[in-house]
Amino acid sequence: MKFLIQRILFYLFTAWAAITINFFIPRLIPGDPVKSLLARFQGQMSSDAIDSLYVLFGLDKDASIWSQYVDYWKQLFQGDLGLSFTAFPSPVSEVISDALPWTVALVGITTVISFFLGTSLGVLAGWRRGSWIDGLLPATTFLSSVPYFWLGLLAIYLLAGPDSFFPSSGGYGTDVVPYPDWPFISSALQHSLLPALTILISSVSGWILSMRNMMVTVAAEDYITVAHAKGLSDRRVALSYAARNALLPNISGFALSLGFIVGGTLLVEIVFSYPGLGFLLFRAVGAKDYPLMQGIFLVITISVLVANLIADIAYLMLDPRTRKEG
Amino acid sequence: MTIPTSSIDQVIPGQGAMAQPEAAKPGRAAKRRKFRFISNKKAMTGIVILGIYLLFAIIGPWVAPYDPDARGKQFVAPPSADHWFGTTHLGQDVFSQILVGTRAVMLVGLAAGVIATILAVLIGVTAGYLGGGWDDSLSALSNVFLVIPALPLIIIVTAAVPSGGDTLVALIIGLTSWAWGARILRAQTLSLRRRDYVEASRATGESTWRIIIFEILPNLTAIIASGFVGTVIFAVTSEITLAFIGIGSATSWNWGTILFWAQSQQALAQGAWWWFVPAGLAIAFLGTALSLINFGIDEFVSPRLRSAGKTKIKTTSGRTVRMRVGFTPVLDNSAAPHTHASPIPVIGGKPTPVTRSKEATR
Repeated sequence: MKFLIQRILFYLFTAWAAITINFFIPRLIPGDPVKSLLARFQGQMSSDAIDSLYVLFGLDKDASIWSQYVDYWKQLFQGDLGLSFTAFPSPVSEVISDALPWTVALVGITTVISFFLGTSLGVLAGWRRGSWIDGLLPATTFLSSVPYFWLGLLAIYLLAGPDSFFPSSGGYGTDVVPYPDWPFISSALQHSLLPALTILISSVSGWILSMRNMMVTVAAEDYITVAHAKGLSDRRVALSYAARNALLPNISGFALSLGFIVGGTLLVEIVFSYPGLGFLLFRAVGAKDYPLMQGIFLVITISVLVANLIADIAYLMLDPRTRKEG
Repeated sequence: MTIPTSSIDQVIPGQGAMAQPEAAKPGRAAKRRKFRFISNKKAMTGIVILGIYLLFAIIGPWVAPYDPDARGKQFVAPPSADHWFGTTHLGQDVFSQILVGTRAVMLVGLAAGVIATILAVLIGVTAGYLGGGWDDSLSALSNVFLVIPALPLIIIVTAAVPSGGDTLVALIIGLTSWAWGARILRAQTLSLRRRDYVEASRATGESTWRIIIFEILPNLTAIIASGFVGTVIFAVTSEITLAFIGIGSATSWNWGTILFWAQSQQALAQGAWWWFVPAGLAIAFLGTALSLINFGIDEFVSPRLRSAGKTKIKTTSGRTVRMRVGFTPVLDNSAAPHTHASPIPVIGGKPTPVTRSKEATR
């Protein structure tokens, strides 16, 4: 329990740090970028909305930094992230909540699949060192060096097309409406296959490699030799003795590298014009929609923190030592 | 964990930024070790490929057949003798764009790598060696930077300062990607600080900074080098990503800029594979070369990780034996390869009958 509380405190601290960074970044923007944006929508914006943008972007030069900071927090707790300029007049929070489920479904599910697949292949590669799986390692190195988005471009070029089964862009077909019924779900699944495959191919190799290296290290431990000497089956020694112990560092690695993975997968969405957060961020960057960019960064960070917390709980359940200390 | 300070340093270009206070004596032992690192096939391949990239980063703009901005008469033309990698929608030569772009990519990658490595060493070693409150606050800081998704952070910071150019991109990437290296260095420093030789120099009254620089740092060289290479990979990918989504440097060419135009001008729909395939392959080979160098360093430090090579060996009698760490292969009469120590099966499945003479049983 002590471990868990420590972790939760750490994530709260990180969330605070991320929000503080988010508070300062717009204040770095040279000049008054928001003034020009405000001018574009002059007369269409309510005075409340303008006030909230002033708080978000620190255009209110009269107030001290501290009072700006306090106002910023007050606004965040009300869920007010400002108005999006590209989707004017919808608030940022609404635009993001439309895109979030797509990203969670695509990135979340593929990351978990990739982790399990890569870890199992890594167990095999580490246990049977020198077998054909070791021959895969150079290929996986090459694949992990390719940027995710370029692999996506290649996948579209090779597999998608007007006559192909795989659609090249979008989250669902033009002939269905986003409503939770079967035609919509099957169309969404069909559209997510290619992006999911791209993410899977480029992210799986990292897991294979780290798990292989852990397995190789663990396989030389004395307790493995003892397990063999007891006459246990090879399979049992590999899975319950070696893999179980090799898995622990891999899980903490999973938690820590989530930030990197999420960054990479957002780009896959851009290539496939998938209606998730990554594509939204791309459009926000293109249109200089600062409130939307800030909001997306905040939401991504908080989601990664939550995923980290889940990984920590998994670690807690797998490693008896952390439970004992508590 | 005594790693020769010179060997890795000399074979990895760009490592010069890491100060190596102790010049290794060019003795026979050092030479042999140096040879061992280069003789590592993976590391050697990586270094050769990286060398080619560095060469083109220097001479690229001079040997490029065309000006990358110059418009030609052939629009979106496939590769030909005139244009090796084809042309863009404005008739620009893709091959020249890639050659010219190499310099920006390498410069930003190496600069960001140097910045991040210096930060990682400062923060990681300080946290690991000083311990206590320093350790708590510095580890918390690096964990925060690890957990916050780096790429979105880099994107929004770069988007906030639109007129920055390559220097700013390198700076931002360097300042946000030091955390992983710092974490690993801290762990290693923790294990080094209680070693006998460190205790000895502490007992002789050496100052803390002298111990860190002359006793601890030389033994961290391999980890620092591998962290540097890893950061360069990340920096190159991030930089190209930024250019691909259209932020960062808009004026200079790098491979991401090429991909940005390919994507925005519908290269995919036009079937213009020559427009985006070369740039992607250039990134992939650079990344592979750097990863190979990293594997070389890893295997140099921890020989266990080496690929076992040929583990199935045919004996003279025609049976195959699988070699494994910690096990002596046992041959029996079956042709199946032995994977682990198991009791030798008894032929016939019955216990071997023991014939004893009557005298013995009596």
